[in-house]
Amino acid sequence: MPFERQLIQNTKIMAYSKKVLEHYENPKNVGTLDNKKKEVGTGLVGAPECGDVMRLQIEVDPETQKIIDAKFKTFGCGSAIASSSLATEWLKGKTIDEALTIDNMDIVEELALPPVKIHCSVLAEDAIKAAIVDYRKKNGLPELVLEEKIVH
Amino acid sequence: MLKFPIYLDNSATTPMDPRVLEAMIPFYLDHFGNAASRSHPFGWEAEDAVDQARERIAKLINASEKEIIFTSGATEADNLAIKGVFDMYARKGNHIVTATTEHKAVLDTCKHLEKLGAEITYLKVDDEGNINLEELEAVVTEKTILVALMYANNEIGTVHPIRKIADIAHKKGSLLFTDATQAAGKISIDVERDGIDLMAFTAHKMYGPKGVGALYVRRKNPRVKVTAQIDGGGHERGMRSGTLNVPGIVGFGKAAELAMQEMDADAARLSVMRDHLEAELMKMEEAYVNGNRNSRLPHITNISFKYVEGEGLMMAFNQNIAVSSGSACTSASLEPSYVLKALGLGDDLAHSSIRFSLGRFTTDDQITYTIEQVTKAVNKLREMSPLWEMFKQGIDLSTIEWAEH
Repeated sequence: MPFERQLIQNTKIMAYSKKVLEHYENPKNVGTLDNKKKEVGTGLVGAPECGDVMRLQIEVDPETQKIIDAKFKTFGCGSAIASSSLATEWLKGKTIDEALTIDNMDIVEELALPPVKIHCSVLAEDAIKAAIVDYRKKNGLPELVLEEKIVH
Repeated sequence: MLKFPIYLDNSATTPMDPRVLEAMIPFYLDHFGNAASRSHPFGWEAEDAVDQARERIAKLINASEKEIIFTSGATEADNLAIKGVFDMYARKGNHIVTATTEHKAVLDTCKHLEKLGAEITYLKVDDEGNINLEELEAVVTEKTILVALMYANNEIGTVHPIRKIADIAHKKGSLLFTDATQAAGKISIDVERDGIDLMAFTAHKMYGPKGVGALYVRRKNPRVKVTAQIDGGGHERGMRSGTLNVPGIVGFGKAAELAMQEMDADAARLSVMRDHLEAELMKMEEAYVNGNRNSRLPHITNISFKYVEGEGLMMAFNQNIAVSSGSACTSASLEPSYVLKALGLGDDLAHSSIRFSLGRFTTDDQITYTIEQVTKAVNKLREMSPLWEMFKQGIDLSTIEWAEH
C-alpha cells in the first residue's frame, strides 16, 4: 500500500532528522578513555530514572590545552545518542576554553532537534562542561564557575 | 519473503481482517440506510444488519442482544459505564473502586467524577500487576456502587480474576464493570460465568474497524441501568443517542463472529510464538518480563532490557518492526509508563521496556526476524551504554549520585 508506506516514512522523518539518524546508525567516538590518566576528564550527567545518562570523556594535551581525543557512552533515546556523538566530534581539536563555548542550541540546530528533544542537547552541553571541570580539577587548574541553565 | 514493516503492536490496534471489510462494504454503498428509518427498505436493511451484528457480538460474550449498547469505542463505553452508574445509583452511594493500572479512559473518568463528589479508591497492584483480593474486600462497602477493574491489562497483559472480583463486589451490592478492550475476542469471556454487570470492548482490537465499540449492560439479576451521557434521539434504548454507525457495527459483528470461531486456535498459536519470542529474548542478560506470566493474555509480552533506553532501542529497528515502549522519552513530561511504575518497577526499568503484541497475521518468520533484530539492537546499545559498562564492572548504580535534571 503506497499511501500507508508514505505515511510511515513521513512520520519517521518528522520524529528524527536525517542527521540524528546518521549519528544513531554510525555513532562517532563510542568508547571509554582511561580515567586514571591525568589528561583525561570525565563528565557523567543525567540519571537512569530520567531515561538519559551521558558519559563524555576528553583527553587533553597539557602543553596546548587542546582536546586530542573524545569518547562517549550514552543511555538514552536516539537524539541523546546523536547529541553526544556530535559533541565528541566538535570537541576534538578545540582547546578546553573553546570547548566551553559550545552551546546546546548549536546542537539543536545542527541536528534539527524538535522541542521535546532539547533536553538531550542540554545534557550534552552539561556533559562537555562536566568533563572540562573534571579535567581542570585533576590538573590543579582554578575551578570554573558556570552559569546554571534552566532549560531542563 | 518478509514484508516490512512487521506489525507487533496489536494491542494498540489490530489490522482489519479482510473478511470484515468485505462484510462492511455493501453498507457504505448499497445498503446505506439509517437503522432508525422505520418507513422504507433502506432503513429495514440497515436495522436487520445491526440486529444480526448485535446477536453475533452478544454471543461472543454469552450475553443477550438486548444487553449490547453500541458506542464509538471502548473509551466512550468506559465513560458511559462509570459516569452512567455514578448518576443512576447516586441514592445508593458515591464510592467507586478501581486500580492504578487501569486505562486512562477509566482513571481520568474517575478523576472527573471525584470533582463531582465521587469517592474513588485506587487499589495498588503487586509487582506482577495483580490486585490483592483481600484488600478489595476490605475497601468495598455498602456505599460502593461500582468496582471498575479491567479484564486484562493493555501494557503487560495481566488478566484479573474477574469472577472473584465480581463476587466480592456483589456481596456488598456493588456492580462490577470491566474494561475488556484487550481481552474481548482474544480469550474466552462469559458474562454469566464471570459475573460481569457492565463491560466495555471495541472492534478495532479484534480485527474489526475503528470507531465502533460496545457497552454490555446486564438486563437480568440484576437489571442494570446507566444514565445516558449523550442525549438525543433515544437510540440504544435511550442509553446512547446518535445515528448508528451501520457499516462499523456490521464489521464489529463479523469480527465477533470470526473471533468466536478462531479465538481458541489463534490464542494457542500465538502463545507458542509469544513464548518462543520471549524465551529467545530472555537469553540476553538482564532482561525481565513485566507482568504475571501465569495469568496473562496469550499474545502479549512486555520485556525490560536493563541498561538500554526503550525509545533509543526501538529506533534501531522501528523502520522494520513496529512495537511500543513504556519509555516516555517522546512525551514532554518525561514520565515513563504509569502502569510499569505501579508494579514497583524503577523508572530505569520502565524506560527500558518494550511491549510486543502479536496478532492473527503474525508469522513465525516475523518472530524469527524480530528475535534477531532486537537482540542485535540491545547488544549494540549496551555497547554504547555507560550504565551497562558500570554494571559489567560491578558498580552498584544505586550508589552513584546522579545529577537529576
